[in-house]
Amino acid sequence: MIYNASFAPALILGVGGMALLLIGVLTKRDRFTFCSFGAVALLVLAAISSATVPDGAIFGGLIKTSRFTRFADMLVYLGAAMALILSLDYNRREKIARFEYPVLVLFAVLGMIVMVSAADLMTLYIGFELQSLALYIAAAIARDSLRSTEAGLKYFVLGGLASGLLLYGISLVYGFAGTTNFASLANILGNGAGYGTVVGVVFVLIGLAFKISAAPFHMWAPDVYEGAPTPVTALFGTAPKAAAMALFLSVMAGPFGHLVGQWQALIEILSIISMALGALAAIGQTNIKRLMAYSSIGHMGYALMGLAAGTVEGFQATLIYMALYVVMSFGAFACIIAMRRKGQAVEKISDLAGLAGERPWFALAFAIIMWAMAGIPPLSGFFGKLYIFAAAMNAGLLQLAIIGVVTSIIGAFYYLRVIKVMYFDRGTPDFDMTPASVKFVMSAGAVVTVLYILLPGPLVAAAAAAARVLAG
Amino acid sequence: MLIPLSHYLVVAGLLLVIGIFGIFMNRKNIIVIMMSIELVLLAANLNFVAFSGVLHDMVGQVFTMFVLTVAAAESAIGLAILVIYFRNRGSIEVEDVTMMKG
Repeated sequence: MIYNASFAPALILGVGGMALLLIGVLTKRDRFTFCSFGAVALLVLAAISSATVPDGAIFGGLIKTSRFTRFADMLVYLGAAMALILSLDYNRREKIARFEYPVLVLFAVLGMIVMVSAADLMTLYIGFELQSLALYIAAAIARDSLRSTEAGLKYFVLGGLASGLLLYGISLVYGFAGTTNFASLANILGNGAGYGTVVGVVFVLIGLAFKISAAPFHMWAPDVYEGAPTPVTALFGTAPKAAAMALFLSVMAGPFGHLVGQWQALIEILSIISMALGALAAIGQTNIKRLMAYSSIGHMGYALMGLAAGTVEGFQATLIYMALYVVMSFGAFACIIAMRRKGQAVEKISDLAGLAGERPWFALAFAIIMWAMAGIPPLSGFFGKLYIFAAAMNAGLLQLAIIGVVTSIIGAFYYLRVIKVMYFDRGTPDFDMTPASVKFVMSAGAVVTVLYILLPGPLVAAAAAAARVLAG
Repeated sequence: MLIPLSHYLVVAGLLLVIGIFGIFMNRKNIIVIMMSIELVLLAANLNFVAFSGVLHDMVGQVFTMFVLTVAAAESAIGLAILVIYFRNRGSIEVEDVTMMKG
């Protein structure tokens, strides 16, 4: 069969992206706004088609769609669409309003959905690279800014190393297990694995850990978060994180599921180091984007805890955590983009002093998101952590859960410091008017974060269905 | 004479180690870092082709073709980023890539 409806979302993104590229190149006018709206519309279309297409394997089992891939796809579409909306006004003001940017984001999203629905190491690698290559350029999109190009360069070098290690791992797994297909791998590895395969799995794990910026493979994250233009950072903090974490889950639970004894301890170590580093290294930061980078490293540590549990409940908790994290994350970055004074973007935490008196709603939205990230009930972040800790304890990982609770208390310090600066420090932020697009994303993030407690059912049910697919 | 698989694996392993050391020990030039990344990819390619021969399975060779294509795209993008970086900074020494720290 040449055409299969399961591939429709990828076709929409690929063909639509190329069409936007042609429109941008062939018309002489400035097409940034047109292409941005076009890209958001394509993402919505892809989400609709992704929700309606049947499950199934396509291309001879190279790609497989299921409830799990649908869940991950939705997170990716949501994160990317919000990041594009955030870029509308910012890119204009910073004079980086190039139509290539939304097109690049579309191709990155295409790479992400290919990699989360991969059912073969080959499709995994191609999706992974398509995503990475588009994001390297996105990080350096402000090509006249030293900081942005330096961020792009650092991301490129460390990302290139990560995909090299991933590929080397894949080559070892292929050689020692004899296949690259996920289902066959799961079968073969069920009968035990030799040292060669285990070494390969460890390399794959390191490559993926680089992508989700889990410590100790996080060194690119703070610099790239700080240097890249803020809407690009907002993209990095949402869609690729969700996609890479989903890929992590599908690879570890699927083809390498029988090797849980070998990788579980490694994931635990990654999780502990990430949580500790995320909590401790963020304390001394003065730049809010850098703070968000360390915060995201910490959050990845919590999300990995669900994977370390290795149970359906743990996978479900990780998926819920990622969904809630994506929402908090785009809300937080909307607040950071709204920090502009006299036409200049400001990024210091101290610039927020006195915000509550001047812009009470802005301060409230920012405070809500910071509270949620710290995990304070009754906001959504608390429930994300609750599911994770419960899953870890039920899987017998009591020490891990205790470390998680301790680091989240330490981490609460720096989130609450931002709130303290906004509400209790003296100062006149004198921020510019916030454009409607940024206000929309900011309030969407804050409202969902607050109201999650009223309607947790659908998300929990969807994550449970996705996790059951993962566990087979 | 047939060369045994282990020889290929050792060479590929050495290429990988040289590549990784090239990235982290190199203090001079970013172009050397890009060459090191290529070495890492080539190490994986060598593995794929060697395994493909031993397993009598074409998947490894098909995979190598994909990797070569991706590697070409990757170096094009890397060099493009390097060019815009050089325009802003006026240098491509590794020690100068220190605008952001902490």
